Amino acid sequence: MERTELLKQMNDVFIEVMENPSIVLTESTTADQIAEWDSLTHIQLVVTLERHFNIRFTTAEIQSWNNVGEMIDTIAFKKQ
Amino acid sequence: MKTFNQLKLNLKKDFSSFKTIKLAVLGDSSTQFLVYALKAAAYEYQLSLNVWEADFNQIESVIIDENSELYRFNPDIVLIFHSSHRMLERYNKRNPDTFSKFAEDHVSHLKILTETVKERIQSKIICYNFNEIDDAVFGNYGNTIATSFLFQLRKINYELMMFAADNQGFFICDLSSIQNRVGRQTFFQPSIYINTDMVLSMDVLPEIAYRTLDIVAAFQGKIRKCVILDLDNTVWGGIIGDDGLENIQIGQLGIGKAFTEFQYWIKKLKSRGIIVCVCSKNTESIAKEPFLSHPDMVLRLEDISVFVANWNNKVDNIHFIQETLNIGFDSMVFLDDNPFERNMVREQIPEITVPELPEDPANYLEYLYGLNLFETTSFSDEDVQRTALYKADAERTNLKQQFGKESQYLTSLGMTSLVEPFNKFNTPRVAQLSNRSNQFNVRTVRYTESEIASMAQSAKHFSFTFTLDDKFGSNGLVCVILLVEESEHTAFIDSWFMSCRVLKRTMENFALNTIVSELKTRGYSRIKGEYIPTPKNGMVKDFYQDLGFQFNDGFWFLELGGFNERETYITKR
Repeated sequence: MERTELLKQMNDVFIEVMENPSIVLTESTTADQIAEWDSLTHIQLVVTLERHFNIRFTTAEIQSWNNVGEMIDTIAFKKQ
Repeated sequence: MKTFNQLKLNLKKDFSSFKTIKLAVLGDSSTQFLVYALKAAAYEYQLSLNVWEADFNQIESVIIDENSELYRFNPDIVLIFHSSHRMLERYNKRNPDTFSKFAEDHVSHLKILTETVKERIQSKIICYNFNEIDDAVFGNYGNTIATSFLFQLRKINYELMMFAADNQGFFICDLSSIQNRVGRQTFFQPSIYINTDMVLSMDVLPEIAYRTLDIVAAFQGKIRKCVILDLDNTVWGGIIGDDGLENIQIGQLGIGKAFTEFQYWIKKLKSRGIIVCVCSKNTESIAKEPFLSHPDMVLRLEDISVFVANWNNKVDNIHFIQETLNIGFDSMVFLDDNPFERNMVREQIPEITVPELPEDPANYLEYLYGLNLFETTSFSDEDVQRTALYKADAERTNLKQQFGKESQYLTSLGMTSLVEPFNKFNTPRVAQLSNRSNQFNVRTVRYTESEIASMAQSAKHFSFTFTLDDKFGSNGLVCVILLVEESEHTAFIDSWFMSCRVLKRTMENFALNTIVSELKTRGYSRIKGEYIPTPKNGMVKDFYQDLGFQFNDGFWFLELGGFNERETYITKR
């Protein structure tokens, strides 16, 4: 899957979890830039992304991301 | 089953017309998401949860400290969630010499916590039991070794059941069963646990929330009392009108085993007090044939309280069943294999529960088990007798049709009533009636068995319970009145509720005569009553007026001086 397509699908998941249709993600988006993105919604994101892409993240991966791009790196790697 | 994200959408809906329940959640692991799920799921039970969440891992301290916020919050319900994970952690840290006492220590610890809560507040307690973790230290042999974690954890679950059986107001929500059904892989997600300390996966939260709310709703009297069955391809395989008696699938024939097992399930429900009715598009005599003469039928005609087989539409027939039984649609379950009938019933009678039965009858039971349709918070002898009670009702209806005048009919019944205060024998039934009565209930106050026991001891409370017996048999305990002394002259009716089965039998007149004479003996001169409207108790809106009470400033009053005995056909036993 292309990274742009991954980004688009991730954007949809963010909108669903955060219940905020105005979210627009870029690869450099960080948690600081989205008001609803806190430790609680992060867990919901993880679980919803796992379900959406039919993958499982490792514990270390969940702790490693610094921005959306790094999340895409992980997903792209698992979907190869 | 909804996902957590879908369930969460409920939180944006309007809860304002629902009853609010104060729930305290005490957990030894992270409970934030559990609380979200509980609040959201409550919408589907028409309840609104006001939740106080104890700080992380503070179960013990908030219970022991009498000045804690828990007691200031004064919840209706306390939810205690000790998780299997923390248990394993504690077990791991123990001196191995004490492994064999692990279960015993936890249960006695829990008993102290429970008793402390009960001493201080009137809350009910819901306690999660333990989903199993097998640490596989001994392999299968762990079942043989009393010191193994698996052995000790299962022992705790067993001891919890024993404790609940002896302790009113203590209820178990069965996480262990939930894990058995959904599987450990679904129940627990290690990566999330390590990152957040959540021992419940997001995927299992909705299921746990629903099963918890089942109990909370049952406390409010929201329980199902009746199951209505279609026949062809629901109770047996095939179509009796086309295939004939010898070809319907039941017992050994075809996929008959699925239907036989289904029938055993219905039979067990009947034995525990669920009213079983039939609603089938069939010629009545043909529909009854298997019940009378098929050797493999588990259900027999005497198991069925109301049997309706005709060619009218099912919505009308279910209305007929509802009128005959005089219970709410929301306490009924309709089981039918035909999606068309299901949709029609669901659309026309939205309150009724219509499970979406799987296409393959082999899956009926597993599917129905998972829905937990028949939660209850009590079980008494009355439940066992219920089918007989409703069948006797049908006979009374027949007799009534033979008499032109109501009074002749009532006289012919030869009705008697045993009047007693609350005592240890009638307490379970009083509690049950208090929680089941929605329609004939002037103030809809719910009581637990422990509350009833304490009022039985109180000098300020006067309790009356009434049975009703007649020539067709006993109706059991059908009416309860609880009076509280308000002043030296006035007694207040804290509760008056009655089983709707005995409407129009002059029970209310008999009961009023009884309490008036008792209160006069005790030197009171006035009774004060109150009607608190609910969506369901409209039938007693004018109850006090009809009994001769005068309305004044929100309350109803009856002066005992001028009271004339009211007409009744019931005599005291």
